[in-house]
Amino acid sequence: MSARTNSLLLGLAALIIAAPLILDPKAEFGGTDDAASAVVTATNPGYEKWTGPLWQPAKEMEGLLFALQAAFGAGLLGYVIGRRHGRDGK
Amino acid sequence: MHIMEGFLPAGHALAWTCISAPFVVAGGRSLRRTRAEKPEARLPIAAAAGFTFVLSALKLPSVTGSCSHPTGTGLGAIQFGPGLMAVIGTIVLLFQALLLAHGGLSTMGANVFSMAIAGPWVAYGVWNLARKLGASAAIAVFLAAFLGDLATYCVTSLQLALAFPDAQSGFAGAYAKFAGIFAVTQLPLAAAEGLVTVVVMNALGQLQPRLKGAEA
Repeated sequence: MSARTNSLLLGLAALIIAAPLILDPKAEFGGTDDAASAVVTATNPGYEKWTGPLWQPAKEMEGLLFALQAAFGAGLLGYVIGRRHGRDGK
Repeated sequence: MHIMEGFLPAGHALAWTCISAPFVVAGGRSLRRTRAEKPEARLPIAAAAGFTFVLSALKLPSVTGSCSHPTGTGLGAIQFGPGLMAVIGTIVLLFQALLLAHGGLSTMGANVFSMAIAGPWVAYGVWNLARKLGASAAIAVFLAAFLGDLATYCVTSLQLALAFPDAQSGFAGAYAKFAGIFAVTQLPLAAAEGLVTVVVMNALGQLQPRLKGAEA
């Protein structure tokens, strides 16, 4: 697959992700996990949560930890791709 | 696809843990075997793990006005079979449950089943089927990653509907409700994951004709 096809596919993926922001910039974009939990709570008033998280990070810390997770993954992936291309270039 | 801590009745939580555990144990064994027999597979395995770490950390906006994250499990499942992803997916889910209060220990079995078992198995099956039907590697990778991602969210909907059937419409009504939240939001995100997975497979040199298909 050529570099051009790659860019085209990545551009298309970016467009799919950006489209909702452009089409409906006022949407809340709340998480689906929380939406599902809210439905459970609303439709099953008798259900009692029997356990909770051991600890909950503060909002900003949550952002930090998600960013760390992504950075670790991207670093690993980039290392492997870089090594491969370095080897092929020799 | 994360069912939050405490949001499955204890019986369901235990049942999903019992169902998932053997897959993770078998995946660990197959990972050890692959590493011993094919030392050159270590780097591509690391890449597959990295891909899952990145993609499952990204909460992306969708046309439904909600946001959700891709799973990234298709890439590794196509190359190494679904067993490996049971292990990698569990590591990601443990990290998120313990440090991010995202998902939970009581719901770990259910979340592992949807993201680390069902998704990868669907991706692996779709990949093999598409190749047998004569699809090009790129098309097969796209379909596998797309449907694998979507399958994870359909399974989460199923797990919640089983635990919380609707008072009037029962299981089917509850499934429609949860799938309306999860699966519909996931459609465009799964398509984006499919496209990115094709690009990464290409960058890893796995789209060349010499690729004979994944081995379990």
